[in-house]
Amino acid sequence: MSAVKKADRQGLNNIVSGVVVRFAGDSGDGMQLTGNNFTEATAVYGNDLATFPDFPAEIRAPAGATFGVSAFQIYFGSEDVTTAGDDVDVLVAMNPAALITNLHGLVPGGLIIVDSDAFSEKNLARAGYKQNPLEDGSLDAYRLLSIGITKRVIETVKPFGLSHKFAARCKNMWTLGLTMWLFDRSRDTAIEGLKTKFANKPELADANIAAINAGHAYGETTELPTGIEVYKVPPASVKPGLYRNTTGTEALSFGIIAGGQLARLPIVFASYPITPASGLLHSLSGKKHFDVVTFQAEDEIAAVCAAIGASFAGSLGVTSSSGPGISLKAEAISLACATELPLLVVNTQRGGPSTGLPTKTEQSDLYQSVFGRHGDTSLPVIAAKDSVDCFDVAIEAIRIATKYRTPVILLSDGYIANASEPWHIPDMNTYEPFPVEFADDPEGFSPVNRNPESLARVWAKPGTPGLEHRIGGIEKDSVTGNISYDSDNHQKMTDIRKSKIDGIANDIPLQDAALGNERGDLAVVGWGSTYGAIHQSVKRCRQDGLDVSHIHIRHLWPMPSNLGTLLAGYQRVIVPEMNTGQLVKILRAEYLIEARSFTKISGHPFRIKEVESEIRAVLEGLK
Amino acid sequence: MNAPVKLNFKDYATDQEVRWCPGCGDYAILKTVQKLMPGLGTAKENTVFVSGIGCSSRFPYYMNTYGFHTIHGRAPAIATGVKLANPELDVWLITGDGDGLSIGGNHMLHVLRRNIDLNILLFNNEIYGLTKGQYSPTSKVGTRSPSTPDGSVDLPLNPCTFAIGAGAKFVARSIDTDMKHLTSVLTRAHQYSGASFVEIFQNCPVYNDEIFEDIKNKKTAPDARLELAHGLPMIFGKSRDKGIRLNTQALKLEIVTLGEDGVTEADVLVHDESNRVMAQMLVELKGPEYPVAVGIIYNAPTSAYISDVYSQRLTVRETSGPADLNTLLRSGHTWAVD
Ligand code: SF4
Repeated sequence: MSAVKKADRQGLNNIVSGVVVRFAGDSGDGMQLTGNNFTEATAVYGNDLATFPDFPAEIRAPAGATFGVSAFQIYFGSEDVTTAGDDVDVLVAMNPAALITNLHGLVPGGLIIVDSDAFSEKNLARAGYKQNPLEDGSLDAYRLLSIGITKRVIETVKPFGLSHKFAARCKNMWTLGLTMWLFDRSRDTAIEGLKTKFANKPELADANIAAINAGHAYGETTELPTGIEVYKVPPASVKPGLYRNTTGTEALSFGIIAGGQLARLPIVFASYPITPASGLLHSLSGKKHFDVVTFQAEDEIAAVCAAIGASFAGSLGVTSSSGPGISLKAEAISLACATELPLLVVNTQRGGPSTGLPTKTEQSDLYQSVFGRHGDTSLPVIAAKDSVDCFDVAIEAIRIATKYRTPVILLSDGYIANASEPWHIPDMNTYEPFPVEFADDPEGFSPVNRNPESLARVWAKPGTPGLEHRIGGIEKDSVTGNISYDSDNHQKMTDIRKSKIDGIANDIPLQDAALGNERGDLAVVGWGSTYGAIHQSVKRCRQDGLDVSHIHIRHLWPMPSNLGTLLAGYQRVIVPEMNTGQLVKILRAEYLIEARSFTKISGHPFRIKEVESEIRAVLEGLK
Repeated sequence: MNAPVKLNFKDYATDQEVRWCPGCGDYAILKTVQKLMPGLGTAKENTVFVSGIGCSSRFPYYMNTYGFHTIHGRAPAIATGVKLANPELDVWLITGDGDGLSIGGNHMLHVLRRNIDLNILLFNNEIYGLTKGQYSPTSKVGTRSPSTPDGSVDLPLNPCTFAIGAGAKFVARSIDTDMKHLTSVLTRAHQYSGASFVEIFQNCPVYNDEIFEDIKNKKTAPDARLELAHGLPMIFGKSRDKGIRLNTQALKLEIVTLGEDGVTEADVLVHDESNRVMAQMLVELKGPEYPVAVGIIYNAPTSAYISDVYSQRLTVRETSGPADLNTLLRSGHTWAVD
C-alpha cells in the first residue's frame, strides 16, 4: 500500500489514494478522542475508512511511561478500505514514549509530528532514550515536524482562564487541528461535538475549539519544511445513502434490539463487567426506552443464569462477556442446551489464556465456543467479520436462538468491538420479522412437544393457564417431559438435540466466496475480524493475476451444508487465524481436507502483507 | 368469564412419584406448601418454583405449577431473571444449606441485598444429603461424615445471621413438621414484597437424624423454642415462666424466670419485627443454653429491586419519547452520500 501511495505522491502531486495516520500519546492525552474526531471528519469528507484503537490495559499509567501509551490508527482512502492499514504514513507522537513504541510501524520517509515540549530529559529517560531523537539524527529516515505544541496551546487558551493542567490538555485538539489541515478535513463536526460535550462548561468548549483552530492555522500560515503540505485523498465511491460511524459494540447493541423486535420479544440483557465486553452493557443500559431490561449481575454465572431465567419466563435472555467470563458461564450454557431455551451469548474475545491481554485482540475462543461444554451437546456459533457486520450477525443469532430454542454463541473480538467504520444505515422495514409463537393450548400439551421440522421444543411461558410444567437439567422423557433415567430415552434425547442443531445447517445461507472463483488454485478461509486483512491481500494477489479466492465463514457451527464441497474445489486451502490453528482443525476433521494453517497470536490483527506473502508462498509451491 | 374454580391442595400436586427417603422432612414441607397455595390468592399459572440442586431442590417436580430445576447454587440468579422478565409472577425459591449457602452463597447474598421479590425457602438439614452425607457449611463442629471421618473442624454458618448481614429485610425461621407454624410463617413471607428469607429446620433421617429434635419434640420444644410474635413479650417454657431480657450492661440477651428476683413481664423484651439489632441477637440464640428463636424474626419493608427497575424504565420512556429503532439508528452524527 505504501508503495502505491508513494507512486501516487510523485505522479499526482499530493493526491494520494490512501493514508494511514496513527495518533499516539499518554493514556491521559486524549488520543482516542482525537482519533474519533478525525474519523468523523474523514467520514464526512467521503473517504472509506477503518480504525484501530490500541490502548493499554492500565487505565492511567504514570505519565511518560511506555506501557501507558495509547494509540489510535486510521486508514482512509478513495478505494474500499477494510483494515486499519499495515504501515503508518503519519505518526503523531505526543511524547518520547509514544515515539519509541510506535516508530517501528512508520514507513521510511513517513511524517512524524511531535510535541517537542514533551521531550524533556525526564520524559526521554522514562521512554528509554539516552539522547534526544529529535536532535541526534536518528530520525533522518523520516520527515520530522517538531513543534512546541504544549507552549503554543497554553498561550492560545490563555483568554479562557483554565488552570495550567486543563490548558495543557487542549494539546490533543491542537494536534487534531493541524492533522485536519494536512488532509483538508472540515473542523465543523469536531467543533459541534465539543460544544455538546462541554455544554455545561462553555470555557472548556471554547478553549478546545480555539486549540483546534490554532493547530489548523499553524499549518496554513507557518512555513513548513518542504514536502509537508496539504494532501488530497479523494472521496471513495460508496453506495449512496445515509451513513453513520459505528463500532462493533454499538452495532451489536442495535442488532440485539433489532433482533428482539423482529422476534417480537422483550430482551433481558444480563452481564458482568469485563474488558472488552462491558461496552455492550453500557450501550444497552442507555436504551431503556426500548424493550430491553439490563441487569449488572454479581458475577458471570449469575449473568448467564438470569438470562436463562428470563428466557424461561418468555423474554429473550442475552448475556455477554469475554473468554474468561464465558468459561464461568459454561455450566449454565449447558443447562440452556438441556432445557432447550433460547439464549444469546456474546463473546468479545481478547488475548488469553486467563487474564492474558485484556485490551488486545485474539480469535482464540473458537474451540471454547464449539466444544466448550460438558456432556455431549452442541450449539450454534456465529461470528461477525467487522464492526458493521455485528448488526446483522446479532439479528441472525437471535433468529436461530428463538427459532430453534437453543443457546447461540456470537463471536466478536476486541478489535471489532472498538474499531469504528462508516455504516450505510439499514432500514428496519426491509428486515423480515420472525415472530415467536408461544404455546397457549392445553390440549395435548407436553413440555417436550416439538416442531416437526425445526425440532424446536415448545415454548410455554409461565402465566399461561393450563400449561403449568416443569423443566430442568435432569434428562427428560422424550414424550412426557418427566424425569427419565432410561438408557434408550437418553440415546433418543441426545440424538434429537444433535439433529436439531445439525439441521440448522439447512436454514443458513450456502457458503460463497467473498472474492474470487468458487474453485481454483487456492482458497483463503477465514472467520471473524481477519476479514479485512484477508480481503485486501486476496484482492492484491488477484490484481496480479493469481488464482486465489477469499472464503469467509460466518456460521461456524453448524457450518454451511456446501462448505465441504466448496473447499474440495481448490487445490490448496489456507486458514489464517489469530490463534494457533483452531478453525483449521475443525475443517480438517469435518471435511478431511488438507487445510494449511497460518497463524498469528501477538494481540494485533494481521497485516495485509503478512497474509499476502503467505498466499504468494503457497501458490509458488504449487508451480 | 366463569368464576374461578376454587382449587384445593391436590390441584397443586403433580402425578410424579415423590422420591425422598422415607421419613424425610421434605415431605412435610411439600404437604404444607401444597395446602397453603390455594389460599394465597395467586393464580396457579402465575406461580413458579425455582430450585438449585440437592434433595430439597427436587421440590418443583412435585408442584403442579411452573417449575425450573436448575443447577447447583444458581437458583437465585435464575429466579432473578424470571422476575426481570415478568414481575407479575409469584416466584418461590427452594434451596438447601449446601446449595444456597455454599456453592450458591454469592447469589444468595445478592438476591437478598437487592431485595428481589422472591419467597426463599432454605431447607437446612446441616448436611449434604443427595451426595451421600458430607458435612455442609451449617454442620456443627465435629460432624462426622464421609469427608470428615474425624469430625468437621470448620465453624458453621448461621443462615439467618448471614441473611441479615446480607441486607435481607424479611428473615424468618420455622420447622418442617410444624404445619401450623410453617403455614403462618410462609403466609407472611408471601405477603412481603421483596426477598423473604425463611430458614426451615429440616430433618434428614438418613444422614443427620434428629439434630433438631429438641426444638421439634412436643415434650422439649416449649423449653427449646422461643416463638416470636410481633408486639408480644418473649416468654417461653413449659410453664410459660421464662423470658428473654436484654442485659444492657453486657449488651446480650439473658434468660430470666418470671416471679424470681422480682422479675415481672415488664422486664421481658417485647418482640419488634422491625428492629434489626434485636433480630441479630435473636438469631444467634442457641441451644442447649438458650431457646432457639422461630417465627418472623425481622421484617422491615423497603424498596424492591424489580419494581424500581421498572419504574426507572417508565420514567425514561416518559422523557425520551417513543422508541423507534430507525430513528435511533439515524440519531447522532450522520451524513448523506449522493
Ligand atoms: S438424604 Fe436426607 S434430605 Fe435427602 S431425601 Fe433422604 S432424608 Fe431427605
